[in-house]
Amino acid sequence: MSEDRKSPPRVALVGNPNSGKTALFNAMTGARQKVANYAGVTVEKKEGLFVSPAGTRVRVMDLPGTYSLRARSPDEEVTRDVVLGRMEGEEVPDAVVFVADATNLRLNLRLALELKKLGRPIILALNMMDAAEKQGLKVDPAELSAELGMPVVPTIAIQTGGIQTLLDQIDRTIQVAELEGWSHNRAECGWSEPSSHDLRDYHREVERVLARAIHSHARPHTATQHLDKVLLMPGIGLPILLAVLFLTFQAVFTWARVPMELLDAGITLLKEGVDLTLPDGPLKSLVIDGIIAGVGSVIIFLPQILVLFFFIQMLEDTGYMARAAFLLDKLMGGVGLHGRAFIPLLSSFACAVPGIMAARTIENRADRIATIMIAPLMTCSARLPVYTLLIAAFIPERPVLGGWINLPGLVMFALYAAGILSGLLVALVMKRTVLKGAREPLLMQLPAYRLPRPRNVALGLLERGQAFLVRAGTTIFTLMVVVWALGSFPAPPDGALEPAIRYSIAGAIGHALEPLLAPIGFNWQIALALVPGMAAREVAVGVLGTIYALSGNGDALRSSLATALAHSWSLPTALSLLAWYVFAPQCLATLSVVRRELNSRFWPLVMFVFLTGLAYGAAFVTYRVAVSVLGG
Amino acid sequence: MSPAPADRSAVNPVLLGSLGKGTRAEIVGLDESRVHTPLKSGELERRLIEMGLVEGAHVEVLHEGFPRRDPIAVRVNDHTVALRRAEADAVLVVALTTMSAV
Ligand SMILES: Nc1nc2c(ncn2[C@@H]2O[C@H](COP(=O)(O)OP(=O)(O)O)[C@@H](O)[C@H]2O)c(=O)[nH]1
Repeated sequence: MSEDRKSPPRVALVGNPNSGKTALFNAMTGARQKVANYAGVTVEKKEGLFVSPAGTRVRVMDLPGTYSLRARSPDEEVTRDVVLGRMEGEEVPDAVVFVADATNLRLNLRLALELKKLGRPIILALNMMDAAEKQGLKVDPAELSAELGMPVVPTIAIQTGGIQTLLDQIDRTIQVAELEGWSHNRAECGWSEPSSHDLRDYHREVERVLARAIHSHARPHTATQHLDKVLLMPGIGLPILLAVLFLTFQAVFTWARVPMELLDAGITLLKEGVDLTLPDGPLKSLVIDGIIAGVGSVIIFLPQILVLFFFIQMLEDTGYMARAAFLLDKLMGGVGLHGRAFIPLLSSFACAVPGIMAARTIENRADRIATIMIAPLMTCSARLPVYTLLIAAFIPERPVLGGWINLPGLVMFALYAAGILSGLLVALVMKRTVLKGAREPLLMQLPAYRLPRPRNVALGLLERGQAFLVRAGTTIFTLMVVVWALGSFPAPPDGALEPAIRYSIAGAIGHALEPLLAPIGFNWQIALALVPGMAAREVAVGVLGTIYALSGNGDALRSSLATALAHSWSLPTALSLLAWYVFAPQCLATLSVVRRELNSRFWPLVMFVFLTGLAYGAAFVTYRVAVSVLGG
Repeated sequence: MSPAPADRSAVNPVLLGSLGKGTRAEIVGLDESRVHTPLKSGELERRLIEMGLVEGAHVEVLHEGFPRRDPIAVRVNDHTVALRRAEADAVLVVALTTMSAV
């Protein structure tokens, strides 16, 4: 039936977490992959393309890893809905490739049996065969295939070995399916949610199959046992984890510095280039002040985000991330958070947006909401420019603690710590009040440690980088244009003495806000900067620069702005603004991602109100205390 | 490795959540009724089975978390599962080695 075949055949990869699905996907598709979103949900949809040995173009989907089709988290729901053909806008896949970790068949094969019930063509990729053989596994693929009633292909996803055979098998399976008209006349789907009784039956069936197909069982992975003895040892495991985190943060700031300076220089060059080529007027202002300055101020964080994700990816691929969740579960449980909340919160230090998206792996909705709500309290890198500016302007370089660290460093640390501590506090309060209920069980496999492959890490980073740039190029771009328009219209009257922005719509809003913000020591300039700061926090720095109307346009702005601020603001005002920024609710991108992720207008509103309240309260207290101690 | 139920039926089962580090045991039953979870009834049992915690499986407590030795990392046949003691109490086991319980 090839006449009704409009699109290339589609294959879905399904498997337990850590079975090597992503590695296999990368081996099959190379760099020919793209990431989009499924309609209506933000779960990433990873799709790739390969040309089979028979010359057919085949689309492959990498589905989120799961232990069961009874979806427990939004992530797993996608897997279930796609394989069941229930996903809106997705055709049911023509074949399923089940990726099994050969060192762990007892656990893995149960899902293969469950998938077989779908009545759709299915292929078993027996992955990690290299590791399995090293551990002494002797398995007969032919026997396994006969017992399971599905083709079995041994693979090593991190080498090309076996991939070719797998592609051949996909070809054959698709051909057979087409001949039999499977793919288009939906086969009878015999799957229904298994009861615990069914699960035990599956389990017994797996034992039976394995008894026939496995001639010698795999020994435990000895390196993993030795490593865990140290990494999970009470009293040693947590300090090691802290050291790993510390190293990560160090790297985020040190490794990213040079690329960020280069980007900054590039953006300045671009501005100068446009400045020379475009005639003066609104268009030039839009391009330079709106687009290049606005989007540039976000893109400049790309290096930091990539470094952070490099570490996260390494921790995930090695298998250490699950250990981190294990080590932190009890401590985080003290404030009602799930051990899994660790990863989203860690990501939030780069940017709350990917952090909030990573919370999808948390099964329980109340747990998930609590995690999402405190994600913005983890100091994201967008707040750094504000911190750096104010610290440079107001905090003197002075060694403290016997010269080990200096005062600016200490203040920076205190700002981070304030965010983390208040986040934990907020979680505690929420879990005791609005989000009551027992915590979701922690049931998590601790996978064997594996050496990450540079290629897989690189592909993962590429994906993150692309996602970030796409966001910067669309959402942030639009917001920046809006902010620019608010700040530019109406134009100032002739002979205006104050900066043009004062006469604009944004200026009017800033003035309206001023009386509200006076009690916390903010002047109209700050009030005004907070308005466009809605789009992205770091824009506030640019706006302050514009307002203080320094002669130099753009370059050398930051250092001279610091001097200007040091002269015109009092120390209590600066401290108050720092305190405000620890909580700083004004980031539209975060609020919009919360809305999408939780599919609710209520929670982003709650987030905005409680963060604004916290920011106002913290700034108020800081200002009042500072005024009484230091004098206005 | 066929289990020999004859000599174990005499032994009283204990809860997996009460085992100390190093204890080996065999799972003899699942009973989630004494565990307080936000899940609907029957769900914890199914999840446990899906993670390999099913009758007949051999388990050993490998690691204990901090503080209060919670959660625990349990080797289940060939793989390792992390879970909290509270939920491990849904798993009934008989000890295969005599090591100190918590
Ligand atoms: N030795 C070996 N390692 C593998 C193989 N396939 C994947 N890995 C590694 O196992 C880890 C987890 O793989 P990944 O693809 O991220 O698993 P996923 O969670 O199923 O997507 C990574 O460190 C991979 O490099 C394999 O066939 N052999």
